Amino acid sequence: MAHNVLVVGELAGGSPTSTTLELLGGAQGLAAGGSVSVALLGTGASAAAAKAAGASKAFVSDDAGYDAVKAEQWLAALEVAVDQSGADLVLIAQSSAGREIGPRLAARKKTAVAMDCAKIEDAGGLKFTRPAYGGNALATYSIATSPAIATVRAKSFEEATGAGAGEVVQLPAAGASRTNITGMEKAVSAGLQITDATVVVSGGRGLGAPEGFKVVEELAAAIGNDKAAVGASRAAVDLGWYPPSQQVGLTGKVVNPDLYIAVAISGASQHMAGCSGSKTIVAINRDKDANIFGFAKYGIVGDWKAIVPALIEEIKKAK
Amino acid sequence: MHIVVCAKQIPDPETPPSAFKIDAANNKVIPAQGIAPVLSQFDGIAAEAALRIKEANAGSKVTVISMGAESAQAAIKQVLAMGADEGVLLNDPAFEDGDSHTTATVLAAAIKKLGNVDAVFCGRQAADWDMGQVGLLVAEDLGWPVAIIAKGVAMGGAGLQVQRVLENGFESLETPLPAVVTVSNEFGEPRYPKLPQIMAAAKKTVTNWKLGDLGLDAGAVGKAGSRLKLEKLFIPEKGGKVELMEGDTPQAQAAALVARLQADKIL
Ligand SMILES: Cc1cc2nc3c(=O)[nH]c(=O)nc-3n(C[C@H](O)[C@H](O)[C@H](O)COP(=O)(O)OP(=O)(O)OC[C@H]3O[C@@H](n4cnc5c(N)ncnc54)[C@H](O)[C@@H]3O)c2cc1C
Ligand SMILES: Nc1ncnc2c1ncn2[C@@H]1O[C@H](COP(=O)(O)O)[C@@H](O)[C@H]1O
Repeated sequence: MAHNVLVVGELAGGSPTSTTLELLGGAQGLAAGGSVSVALLGTGASAAAAKAAGASKAFVSDDAGYDAVKAEQWLAALEVAVDQSGADLVLIAQSSAGREIGPRLAARKKTAVAMDCAKIEDAGGLKFTRPAYGGNALATYSIATSPAIATVRAKSFEEATGAGAGEVVQLPAAGASRTNITGMEKAVSAGLQITDATVVVSGGRGLGAPEGFKVVEELAAAIGNDKAAVGASRAAVDLGWYPPSQQVGLTGKVVNPDLYIAVAISGASQHMAGCSGSKTIVAINRDKDANIFGFAKYGIVGDWKAIVPALIEEIKKAK
Repeated sequence: MHIVVCAKQIPDPETPPSAFKIDAANNKVIPAQGIAPVLSQFDGIAAEAALRIKEANAGSKVTVISMGAESAQAAIKQVLAMGADEGVLLNDPAFEDGDSHTTATVLAAAIKKLGNVDAVFCGRQAADWDMGQVGLLVAEDLGWPVAIIAKGVAMGGAGLQVQRVLENGFESLETPLPAVVTVSNEFGEPRYPKLPQIMAAAKKTVTNWKLGDLGLDAGAVGKAGSRLKLEKLFIPEKGGKVELMEGDTPQAQAAALVARLQADKIL
């Protein structure tokens, strides 16, 4: 069936983020003859509309008031975009902003949102599949009300291709917000982000101490700092060994690299929910019964303190 | 300052994956034998955040509310043992098999009935269905501002000052009261109640409100009021069988791995 799909876009450096392009790719497929629109808010939005591949119409406001997402301001604009686009499906990234906007938009439109979807298909009606029970299960939902709203995990769809939006509709400037942002502290690792890297090397509680991450970083560097980034399990993040921005998993980031190396990580379902889509998983763990080996293609049973330095040597040799 | 903590009882998320079973005919999780349900972890952290504000602001009060089965009394008692003042169980067959929206409808009705509430603290997500939306829906129902995924929250400024965890860093946010805050694990560990507190909490009576007490329509709650319909619940397939790298030394094992990854054209 044809659907009118509205994608809630996000901008980075004046361009739609890769997740926005993925949502547009998903929207292209699901529209099946219906329309694809995109909403873009903040500095450079009008210019970015031309880069929103797959969208025929863009609802934009260049007002800088939208730059730091204050959800109440976004919601007011998005309600207008939903009404004017005639959307029966709204796609939002499962991002910091999307996690807040999805449910609140659903409440305002008297409909429902399926959070953190990994798959959306039209199989006799729209079906939304998402992990539940910490990734132990998958749950498929339908939504009885319109528009159906979904927040979507990164890498769930291929990026859209083709021309950007030809028609641009202006949305009002940012209105009032009861909440007020008083400070912002960036805390991401310099260089390659785990969500973009082709190789992610992650460390867990089994590293035993924060210094263990130095060795994990050396492993990433041996593979190449242009390819590999370092992630962490929540146990390691909660211990303060590595920043939350690097956490992989259900309550962290979703990564789908070509190669995921899990060092001293048990492979709890909540961790795997963030990396099980990786093409190849390698596990280094001293417990041969660790859950991670159930997901790994290759494994080494042993102490990381011996294995990882040896692996660094072998990778350097092979280069 | 009167803070309401929304606390949910859930199957223990630390249940080993091998003991995790689904009743496919009814799309329900089969409770694992011998593993008791627990207070959802993030809700314990939300309670900790509320109790720290209570301790720092004389005359404050913390009420814990939970919608669920009779057994959810245990989750309420746990938060009472931590130091909360009062507990309310929202238990009625009409509330069963609902969605996030109907859960929020029930919780918001209870908060309105309590009256004089300055803030509602929720977990960032319930660690069973991992939706992360009930706190936001409660805020929309009450018409209050909301701050989600907090790693710090204290009274100050216009009302509450909240540090939020974003994907690329931390945001400081100020919100007037009344407001809803959802709390994340970055906040820190909840306190562990001591035996005398557990015994004192055991003696406390928990108020029980049903559909009629909340003045809600049976059609607005539970399965009848749901907008999100669960069609299918299933266990995903795991990857293939792992190939373990043999070798007498770490060097040999590492070399074997590098050879495989090169053959696969990954390295
Ligand atoms: C709602 C919810 C959400 C969650 N979200 C996330 C999430 O987003 N991300 C996440 O990661 N977790 C998440 N968790 C936590 C998750 O359940 C696990 O507790 C966590 O992933 C465990 O981290 P770990 O594997 O590093 O630690 P552990 O489980 O302690 O495992 C450590 C591993 O290291 C191995 N080891 C120890 N020493 C050595 C050594 N010398 N050499 C080699 N191996 C060694 C051990 O054999 C063990 O397998 C969540 C939990 C809940 C309830
Ligand atoms: N049945 C319930 N009873 C009390 N609080 C709940 C209930 N369900 C959800 N909550 C609260 O809402 C938060 C988010 O839940 P969810 O949207 O289901 O992930 C939880 O962490 C709780 O604080």
